[in-house]
Amino acid sequence: MTSVTGGSGDRSSTANRQLVDIDKRVTTAGVLDSGFRGLTLILALAGGACLAWIIVQAAIAAWPAMQLFGFGFIFNTTWSPVTGIYGALPQIYGTLVTSFVALVIAIPVGIGTAIFLTEDFVPSYIRSPIGFAIELIVAIPSVVLGLWGIFVLVPMIRPFFQFLHSTLGWIPIFGGDAPRGNNLLLVGLVLSVMISPIIISITKSTFESIPPELRQGSLALGATRWETILRVLIPAGLSGIVSSVMLAMGRALGETMVAAMLVGNANRISASILQPGSTITSLIASQFGEAGRTQVSALMYAGVVLMVLALVVNIFAEMIIRRFQNVE
Amino acid sequence: MTSIQDQAGATTPSGMPDLTSSSVSGNRNRVGTILTIVSGVFVAFIIIPLLLVLWDVGGRGLPLLFNTDLYTELPPPPGLEDGGFGHAIIGSLMTLGIAAAISFPVGVLAAVYLAEFGRGTRIAYLVKFSANVLTGVPAILIGLFAYTIVVRPLGSFSAFSGGVALGVLMLPIVIRSTEEALLLVPNEMRQAATGIGATRFQTITRIIIPAAMSAIVTGLILSLARAAGEAAPLLFTAFNNSFWNTDPMRPIATLPVLIYFFSIIPYKPQQDLAWAAAVVLLIIVLTASLLARFFSRAKKF
Repeated sequence: MTSVTGGSGDRSSTANRQLVDIDKRVTTAGVLDSGFRGLTLILALAGGACLAWIIVQAAIAAWPAMQLFGFGFIFNTTWSPVTGIYGALPQIYGTLVTSFVALVIAIPVGIGTAIFLTEDFVPSYIRSPIGFAIELIVAIPSVVLGLWGIFVLVPMIRPFFQFLHSTLGWIPIFGGDAPRGNNLLLVGLVLSVMISPIIISITKSTFESIPPELRQGSLALGATRWETILRVLIPAGLSGIVSSVMLAMGRALGETMVAAMLVGNANRISASILQPGSTITSLIASQFGEAGRTQVSALMYAGVVLMVLALVVNIFAEMIIRRFQNVE
Repeated sequence: MTSIQDQAGATTPSGMPDLTSSSVSGNRNRVGTILTIVSGVFVAFIIIPLLLVLWDVGGRGLPLLFNTDLYTELPPPPGLEDGGFGHAIIGSLMTLGIAAAISFPVGVLAAVYLAEFGRGTRIAYLVKFSANVLTGVPAILIGLFAYTIVVRPLGSFSAFSGGVALGVLMLPIVIRSTEEALLLVPNEMRQAATGIGATRFQTITRIIIPAAMSAIVTGLILSLARAAGEAAPLLFTAFNNSFWNTDPMRPIATLPVLIYFFSIIPYKPQQDLAWAAAVVLLIIVLTASLLARFFSRAKKF
């Protein structure tokens, strides 16, 4: 880029004043210019390298535990600082279950809300405050949601859990002991509220970027509004929706404070989502403070597992978005 | 919608034997109405929790904010009343200050490269890809990262390591928002500046950045607001401290971490402090969001 401007500058100076001024240009403004360019380039590379550095550091810190426990770490259910045996299967299970519950709720809610906000069901003076409110949900610190969950949501929702347990208890996922409040379903519910805005905002902008001809064509063929939405808009925007779901899932997998404060921190695997459990993040958050050397390494190993999950989901989402944007 | 449907049905040329037209149309409309109601319920599912959170946190926390001890005192020992979280306010300001000192210059200049020098190059593509993926890396892992590169070598939890963690967390947000702000500046301004003989450096520092200033600042404020509420990356970096501290090399209390620790202990005065801190965080976040909305509306090229 600089070479282009430099080139044009040289040409004009040679035309007017012969080659006299070239040295002067190089020494003053030119040096500042290329120096600035170099500085921004270095900082851009540094910003880009952060991700790689984070991955490498996590791998190094987890290496002793990786050597000690190998892949068995992922399938072992014991977490015992006393005997020095560590396995993170209950936490991996808890992470996947809570994220899954959150997605099961957030996908229909997110897409439904995005449709509601783009398809002119209500006038814009109602839509725009709703849109702003949804932006605010993303901004609420998760630790505040956790606090609210402990003192307000749990007492409020306990009767609902007990109702689920007493009426649907014969289904394994609602079975087990009488629910006390902190459990996997609770975390899934709070997570679903936290991740829905991600699905809403990306799905909404996807719908807005679909060419109006598609919508008009479908309506002109006699399809109703909802037929147009279900058969034309959603298939046309599917890549955007899928990537939004991926990003939302990444957020749900890595959410720490809500999980640490509401999941119950029980190191076990139960089929029922009405039982307490733990997640990778809640494990790290609750144990890291007083962990010994091997335990820190084991927690780092758990962090690496989480990192792999989050990276796969995010890179996948990013690639879908890129491809989608390039097509446009 | 329905009127168009009905008209279409009525004016269909008689040549088309459309016998079931009316019944199918009614059914289709009914499905549509149901789906509309369902999507409205979904909107309520999202909005009601937000209102409940604002109502409960505001109701429990706001009355506590009028006690000035809150900002000047330490938390009470277990069993005693009153006290405040002045030390955590200082801690939050310190860690955020360090984080801003790291992420603002790096992020803004990196974004200048992406938007001005490297537009469309492979390097810019890779940096942007990496920054976007970094946005999705769980905050707790960024905390672990800061632990391995700062806390371990220095041998103790510290406000500085907390600042590093928050800085890394903010970096991709700063890069992305600044780049978007710079891209909003129309190309004519760059061409005009180059046309009157400005170098790239002059163009960027005197024309482009001033023109994009309000959008850049909005992005920076939002990134700070986001970092202000993060507890997870501070748990193993800044950690916690029950006493006053202004030494960046020692552990320090922050508002989000204070909320976490005080919400899981059974003492009423501490829980009250947690609610008050939650309100403070909510006010910061809501103000930043409103400011951002105001600024992003204010300037259009």
